[in-house]
Amino acid sequence: MADKKSDVVTSAGSAVSRPDRLQNPGFEPEHKRVHDESPERARGAERGISLLFALSGILSASAFALNFIFPIVPGDLMSTRYNNMFVGLAIAAGLLCLGVGAVHWAKALMHGHELVEERHGTRGGDATRARAVEIFQEANKESGWTRRRLLRNSLIGAFVALPIPAVALFRDLAPAGTPEEKLSHTIWEKGVRLTRDPNGVPIKASDVTIGSAFHVMPENLLEVEEGFLDEKAKAAVLLMRLPLDALNETEDRKSWSYDGIVAYSKICTHVGCPVALYEQQTHNLLCPCHQSQFDVSNQCAVIFGPAARPLPQLPITVDSEGYLVAQSDFLEPVGPSYWERER
Amino acid sequence: MSRTLNRKGRRHPLSSLVLILVGLFVSGAAYAAVTGTATAADAPVSATQIEDGKKLFASNCASCHGLSAAGSAAGPSLIGSGALSVEFQVGSGRMPMSGSGPQAEKKPVQFTQPEIDAMAAWVASLAPGPGVPEASSLTGGDPSNGAQLFRVNCAMCHNVAGAGGALTEGKWAPHLKNIDPVHVYAAMVTGPQNMPVFSDMNITAEEKNDIIAYLKFLDENPSVGGMDLGSLGPVSEGLFVWIFALGGLVAITIWLSAKSN
Repeated sequence: MADKKSDVVTSAGSAVSRPDRLQNPGFEPEHKRVHDESPERARGAERGISLLFALSGILSASAFALNFIFPIVPGDLMSTRYNNMFVGLAIAAGLLCLGVGAVHWAKALMHGHELVEERHGTRGGDATRARAVEIFQEANKESGWTRRRLLRNSLIGAFVALPIPAVALFRDLAPAGTPEEKLSHTIWEKGVRLTRDPNGVPIKASDVTIGSAFHVMPENLLEVEEGFLDEKAKAAVLLMRLPLDALNETEDRKSWSYDGIVAYSKICTHVGCPVALYEQQTHNLLCPCHQSQFDVSNQCAVIFGPAARPLPQLPITVDSEGYLVAQSDFLEPVGPSYWERER
Repeated sequence: MSRTLNRKGRRHPLSSLVLILVGLFVSGAAYAAVTGTATAADAPVSATQIEDGKKLFASNCASCHGLSAAGSAAGPSLIGSGALSVEFQVGSGRMPMSGSGPQAEKKPVQFTQPEIDAMAAWVASLAPGPGVPEASSLTGGDPSNGAQLFRVNCAMCHNVAGAGGALTEGKWAPHLKNIDPVHVYAAMVTGPQNMPVFSDMNITAEEKNDIIAYLKFLDENPSVGGMDLGSLGPVSEGLFVWIFALGGLVAITIWLSAKSN
């Protein structure tokens, strides 16, 4: 030990190699299992395992029987519940018994020797390597790969050109138009009536009592044939009426509301969950996904949580018949931030 | 042992309030019995009922809502809130509140139905407001349409299975299991506390019946998928999976890799 210590280099700044670093402990001495030593215990294990296998068989058969004892009766929801529960439990327990039995067999009774197999190197022998080089040289000589340069280069050129059509094909898989364009517009436009979700009944301004919250979709949504759900998801709006003295509006947005009725996009500016948990006394809107809170009385300013910016407001007014209509589309993209968006 | 511990323990902070309420109730009831006006419970609104309601209101509610129900710093004005609001707030045990807090909690109902009706009659006599519907008119809805309306209008706060959910700053949307249909109707019409109002122009009376039918369906039909773990979604389901499913997997893994002895 003393000799080893004197080998340690201790000049300033150099790493110290510790003589007492962890030694490879080698393999533990092999110990015999109780089932190897006592034939009686081995027989006991054998009986236990075969019992598990038998039980597994009985359970599988009973799963079959239970399917008839608890049949699914059309119209009776509870019958489905009982059928699924009992059949499923019997199948699962049968499989579990099978698995436990098999593992127990392997662990307790199968050959228990521990053996070590060293990994061999990946490098081939010298003769193998020389032969490989030889094969390449022969192939070159026979094909004339390096001699016939015109052939070789034209072949390489043809292969380079081969994937070019794929560029066009894969490019066409992308949606038509830029994603940015799709994200910046909804189907709201000037004069579109606000209607109730899901039945499409238009909403009169006089219907919206103070403290009300209406879940709104645009009237022209029902005409959309392709991508109905996409359009609905973008255009979803929550309509609320606040007491006039509770509503703080900036000058430029005073004309966006009507008699205390305000309409805001329901799509959270964080990751796009529907924000619709409206508290009519605090005028807070809560997003259920990540607890962003918006203050409806202050133009949906973010007062808590990860949302990046206020919910976009839909400018509304009333038409000649007293129905609420949109003045235009949203003036900014609804929903979460995306790459091309500036803020 | 636990009984003696309980006896030694501090009295519940609300016990004195409850005691006062019980005292007020007993004296009020005795007074009503002596003056002989408590019999006309089932009759439509009568002058004596209104008078009774006024007295009950003055002794139980006026400290916050004011003697004339015009409200104070502690409680809102009840003028124009109608009999339905009183039925909901008092009949569900939310009022009288046990203390100030983010939200009035449901407690055991503090008054008998005739007393609630009396207070409702008095509040309704102050200014017109929504009245209490007959329970029989709130039946026969279409649960399927009700489920669709519930998903659009109610599920974001009350959970799609009516299990309730959290709101901001200590408030919450209560669960809707086994709720009296009159109270479900009242909540939609009056918009109690922070719940928005869903007037008949938003959800028609017929549609309200559909929603009530859907809630009744949920009460009568347990989850088809087996144990619903409170229908609370990833919270309870995740907890179950983390503890039991992952725990079971860890136990099996340990058993698999352990050497047989």
